[in-house]
Amino acid sequence: MTELFGIPVQALFGQLLIGLINGAFYAMLSLGLAVIFGLLNIINFTHGAQYMMGAFCAWFLLERWGVGYWWSLLLAPLLVGVTGVVVERTMLSRLYKLDHLYGLLLTFGLALVVQGLFTNYYGSSGQPYRLPEEFIGSFNLGFMFLPKYRAWVIVASLIVCLGTWFVIERTKLGAYLRAATENPALVQAFGINVPRMITLTYGFGVGLAALAGVMAAPIYQVSPQMGANLIIVVFAVVVIGGMGSILGAILTGFGLGIVEGLTKVFYPEASNTVIFVIMVLVLLVKPAGLFGKER
Amino acid sequence: MATAPAAQPPSARAPRRSTILVATAVMAAALAVAPFLGVYPVFLMKALCFALFACAFNLLIGFGGLLSFGHAMFLGTAGYVCAHAAKEWGWPPEAAILAGTAASTLLGMVTGALAIRRQGIYFAMITLALAQMIFFFYLQAPFTHGEDGIQSVPRGRMFGVLDLSNTLVMYYVVLAIFLAAFLFIYRVVHSPFGQVLKAIRENEPRAISLGYDAERYKLLAFVLSAALSGLAGATKAIVFQLASLTDVHWTMSGEVVLMTLLGGMGTIFGPVVGAFAIVGLESYLAGFGQWVTVITGVIFVVCVLAFRRGIVGEIGAWWANRKA
Repeated sequence: MTELFGIPVQALFGQLLIGLINGAFYAMLSLGLAVIFGLLNIINFTHGAQYMMGAFCAWFLLERWGVGYWWSLLLAPLLVGVTGVVVERTMLSRLYKLDHLYGLLLTFGLALVVQGLFTNYYGSSGQPYRLPEEFIGSFNLGFMFLPKYRAWVIVASLIVCLGTWFVIERTKLGAYLRAATENPALVQAFGINVPRMITLTYGFGVGLAALAGVMAAPIYQVSPQMGANLIIVVFAVVVIGGMGSILGAILTGFGLGIVEGLTKVFYPEASNTVIFVIMVLVLLVKPAGLFGKER
Repeated sequence: MATAPAAQPPSARAPRRSTILVATAVMAAALAVAPFLGVYPVFLMKALCFALFACAFNLLIGFGGLLSFGHAMFLGTAGYVCAHAAKEWGWPPEAAILAGTAASTLLGMVTGALAIRRQGIYFAMITLALAQMIFFFYLQAPFTHGEDGIQSVPRGRMFGVLDLSNTLVMYYVVLAIFLAAFLFIYRVVHSPFGQVLKAIRENEPRAISLGYDAERYKLLAFVLSAALSGLAGATKAIVFQLASLTDVHWTMSGEVVLMTLLGGMGTIFGPVVGAFAIVGLESYLAGFGQWVTVITGVIFVVCVLAFRRGIVGEIGAWWANRKA
């Protein structure tokens, strides 16, 4: 079996793998957006910049202090998450009483600031991030070679996504969170510190973006612009999935990554636009999104 | 989530009609003499094109409450069609500009019909995604010449008489287009249509219950805004003899949001003031590279946190308070 649908098997599975990897990042980023949106009612435009900050943080830790990949996986989301907490406390918290669109405008401005600053210091060319020793090499699956690191990214992102789903849907903390999404005033009346929960939720969502950034660092070049175009695709993913459900966001993310990968095989010209085309189709058929509820 | 109301801060009482007409006359007169006072006409033309773009955008956000994050697609589409018609087909400038505007109007109909299916934040994300799709289309389509853009577009003779290669003639043509569109927008905002649009912005379910077809009004506002943005883009292509990817990129969509926000959303003169301020700032900072992006971002943040009414909105509020 060397050909399938007239396409060499190697190429087909290769693109499928790339699609799956992209899908893992779509899933993690749209998950963070959905969690933030659920509680803050804000679309976090800075998400792409925070993803980039996570990647840069890992690169910086390695180049300056020799802090390796595994520690970065923990430290970068924490550090970037703290910046998120500061942003929420000092800026976003002033906007909750206003129209939600102001949150979008504010985070858009912040994204420009962050991207501009990083471009100033690091230029627009990418910095390579050395692959950790233990991930060098690949598995031979018989029909293709699967690089170890890529396998790790898929598995790790699945764990992160399902872990987030578990915390939100199956634990007491998650129950508070969902309750506060429905009716913050009532939850506060029960003695739960809702403002602090909002702050930590934003920090968590930002940390999730940074974690995705660290995982992306060895695959893509670490560059100031790496998040800018990605975030627009993630917006389309969010529109397609609808922000109503956590599992929906995960499924849509991975699914669209695979669709994009397959498009690269069968009709490469459309691979940049296929997700947007799907968004148009979904809007025509089910405006609330595949997993969304019309509210 | 309740349906997102308009992104409209509590504004001061609307200024009286005579005030606006006088201010418009003053603005027109100032712009007419500006080239003789030593202001560089190319700068003025650029600012006027962006002012028209921002006014068109403001029609949608300021009076319709719809935040589009993809307006660059109309600016860029009109630019490409206009440049292509003028250069490859040898059309006269007035026909090329009309062709560009028509193309944007069509695009506005299609994208508008899709985008108004969702509201608030989703509307912004959908317009952004649609614009990105259009961007990739132009990036790959052969007639746009990719990164190079369509260069050295002939300015030609408008109506066969006005020689646009003369910078001053070109300037007055741009000024005439701008003023006509500005008055048209003023007229639209104060027409029964504009009033219904404001009613929908304030309370859509109520407007529907009064028997207005909210979707149709929103779509019409969107198409009008797209058409006027297209007019700005087509004019810009003739002025700078260039249509490029910059005009379709999402940063351009962000820029027009900033101009309107800085000048004052929902005010008649705000977008004009904002466009002149931003274009001025950019040409002043042209040598500082990426700092422009940083400063643009900072202005965004400051406007949202402390200055939501924008320059014109704040002046209006101060004026109203003083009289009260």
